[in-house]
Amino acid sequence: MFEPQILCFLCKWCTSSAADAAGTSRLHHAPNNINMRVMCSSRVDPQHILYAFKEGADGVFLGGCHPGDCHYVEGNYKTLRRITLFKAMLQDLGIDPKRLRLEWISAAEGKKYAVTMDEFTEQIRALGPLHLNEKALVQEVVKDE
Amino acid sequence: MTAKAKTKEKRIGLFVCHCGVNIASVVDVEKVARVLKDYPGVTFSADYVYMCSDPGQQMIIDTIKEKHLDGIIVAACSPTLHEKTFQEAARLAGLNPYQIEIANIREQDSWVHTDKEKATKKAVKIVKSHVAKARLNENLEPIKVDVTRRALVIGGGVSGLQAALDIADHGYEVIVVEKNPSIGGKMIQLSETFPTLDCSQCILTPKMVEVSRHPRIKLLTYHEVDAISGFVGNFKVRIKKKPRYVDETLCNLCGECEKVCPQIAPDEFNEGLSFRKAIYMPFPQAIPGTYTLDAEHCLGLNPVRCGKCKDVCDKKAIDYDMKETIVEEEVGAVVVATGYDLYTMQALGEYGGEKYDDVVNGLEFERILSASGPTGGEVRRPSDGKVPKSIVFVQCSGSRDTEKHLPYCSKICCMYTAKHAMMYRHKVPDGQATVFYIDVRTGGKSFDEFYMRTVEEDKVLYIRGKVSKVFKEGDKLIVWGVDTLTGKKVEIEADMVVLAMAMVKADGVQDLLKKLKIATDIHGFLAEAHPKLRPVESLNAGFYLAGCAHGPKDIPETVAQASAAAAKVGGLFAQKELIHEPTTVPVNDELCSGCAICVTMCPYTARSMDPDRGVVAVNEILCEGCGACAAACPSGAAQQRNTTDDQIFSMLRAMLRE
Repeated sequence: MFEPQILCFLCKWCTSSAADAAGTSRLHHAPNNINMRVMCSSRVDPQHILYAFKEGADGVFLGGCHPGDCHYVEGNYKTLRRITLFKAMLQDLGIDPKRLRLEWISAAEGKKYAVTMDEFTEQIRALGPLHLNEKALVQEVVKDE
Repeated sequence: MTAKAKTKEKRIGLFVCHCGVNIASVVDVEKVARVLKDYPGVTFSADYVYMCSDPGQQMIIDTIKEKHLDGIIVAACSPTLHEKTFQEAARLAGLNPYQIEIANIREQDSWVHTDKEKATKKAVKIVKSHVAKARLNENLEPIKVDVTRRALVIGGGVSGLQAALDIADHGYEVIVVEKNPSIGGKMIQLSETFPTLDCSQCILTPKMVEVSRHPRIKLLTYHEVDAISGFVGNFKVRIKKKPRYVDETLCNLCGECEKVCPQIAPDEFNEGLSFRKAIYMPFPQAIPGTYTLDAEHCLGLNPVRCGKCKDVCDKKAIDYDMKETIVEEEVGAVVVATGYDLYTMQALGEYGGEKYDDVVNGLEFERILSASGPTGGEVRRPSDGKVPKSIVFVQCSGSRDTEKHLPYCSKICCMYTAKHAMMYRHKVPDGQATVFYIDVRTGGKSFDEFYMRTVEEDKVLYIRGKVSKVFKEGDKLIVWGVDTLTGKKVEIEADMVVLAMAMVKADGVQDLLKKLKIATDIHGFLAEAHPKLRPVESLNAGFYLAGCAHGPKDIPETVAQASAAAAKVGGLFAQKELIHEPTTVPVNDELCSGCAICVTMCPYTARSMDPDRGVVAVNEILCEGCGACAAACPSGAAQQRNTTDDQIFSMLRAMLRE
């Protein structure tokens, strides 16, 4: 069975805390995700997401605080605007926008986090591997670095 | 990348924690330590049963010293638990605390997975990503700035006065700015206060005197804040001194000027229910004790046209040539206590507030009840001075009306209406008091007992329902309403109607708040930094909130909030210097194109365009390190300290490249 690689950017205040809460409550979920904790979802530049796809992520997840609850007032709104635009670009780049998911998960929603991880893993599994890291052009770029 | 390769490779130590069996039962911790041993940058790698225990921490301290480590990763529980613990251990070993990385392999790995092989593989990836980041971490020092130990309080009502007194009693200087000629705010206009019926003036005037005599409080009445610049601990304030045309140091309150003044104007203190002269004292206990000449109603500040007041003033206190001047002050913190106003009766046309003299709002009725009011405390109606034999009180006038007016509860109206009705019944024993209400909300110490007294002892009639219309018939006001408990229409003949108007943001306060750059909620009340945990602070560092500027509240709550704000200011001033997290987002001048996109991203006004250099300047003491600007910067000039784009890219490589 195809095991997708999922890269998650989680905001420190809400979604990463939700991931911790899922742990504290032992809410088991698919192990395909690897989390990167950022201060705010708005720290995530679309370039980071693109880079994650290029490096072999089959899906990218972005988690922030619910609208109105952002620790930095309005970072999540900035994220929402960026991601909405960026999804349109992903389509043009030949990457299914469904491979990128943005969710608001509060620190109290450990259950939602665990369920979302399972759901997203299944969704990406159904889409199949992206294989972006094996494509010729990308190999070139990687070599340069 | 080549430049980086030349720099000396870091010596990174990895410490993998078993957490008893919490991690070790699912993640093969020995394997994680073993696999990482040869990973680029890693000099030392080990596992231990409890990293956070004393021997565990000692192991970290000893290893840092022995192996000359300049970065460490602790693969253990969530950083929210022990990041500080390990930072402290590192500091004891002489390592910069910002060189510590916590790899979360418990909450986000061992506790949520059961497949040992997959969980171990995941742990390896998580740890690798932190090694990648640690290789590029820099030593950081907390940002330190000096504090000006002096506070500005905007507003001289009960909240501002309480805050000022408390700050001054903490031992710090305070400047109180009040736009009106006297301090006292709205509270000084009230008659009695619920639920104890103390006379408002009796309890507030001593406080006003205390403020005016306090050696550490500077009182600036008839002044307005014009501009503010700087940041927490270091504000510069421009304050506009409005011309009073009377030298307050010379005026001896003889009152001769008032007697000769030919011009009259509505008396603000009495809510326009009586008149004052153009040269006036707002009320007898006003502080500072001085007359003020109201230029708007004066015949023209011109001895040729009138000049009567100037002629009779023995003290030569009157000066028609006074001009607006600017005062500049430096302060470290600002308490915003700008108060409230009442929702305009015009908005409720169906209740006739603007049409009929005998339909008054709550504050006007306070003046009618007050011993210092236009009727000397006798209840008489404004139109003809008759004693009203029937008064209808309408609660929630404008409040709790999501469709037409304001959705929120104004909180104090239930209590003051009960007080109004009770006071009226005490003063006019044969009068009928009727209250229309939606709910009676009496949450507060001794509040419900007070309300029950109004109903049971003072026989005030409470009708649950709203009023649809108030209109005049002869010299009576007819009130149409509905009793929702019986489902019947109600018609009441009244001599007076008192509308418990909703509380709204203070008139004209938006301009001031714009200057202060502090956030408000959708109703224009000040927004707190956190609704539960930081209720007296603004999101903008150095600003504190007190009183009804933040939302409707009663006097005890206002005073409590003012004292809390003062305590916060005291806490700020007690620090030797302000310490701020250094994980901010500076600007690389060489790369910055001056597009200023990052300026628009910052919710803290930490970034601004430097017009001279054509690049963005950052005030790092205001930067909270969210990184929204870093993500928006198109040239890579904005890089967050220890979370640079290079670090994020390296982490992604480490996580994803097999």
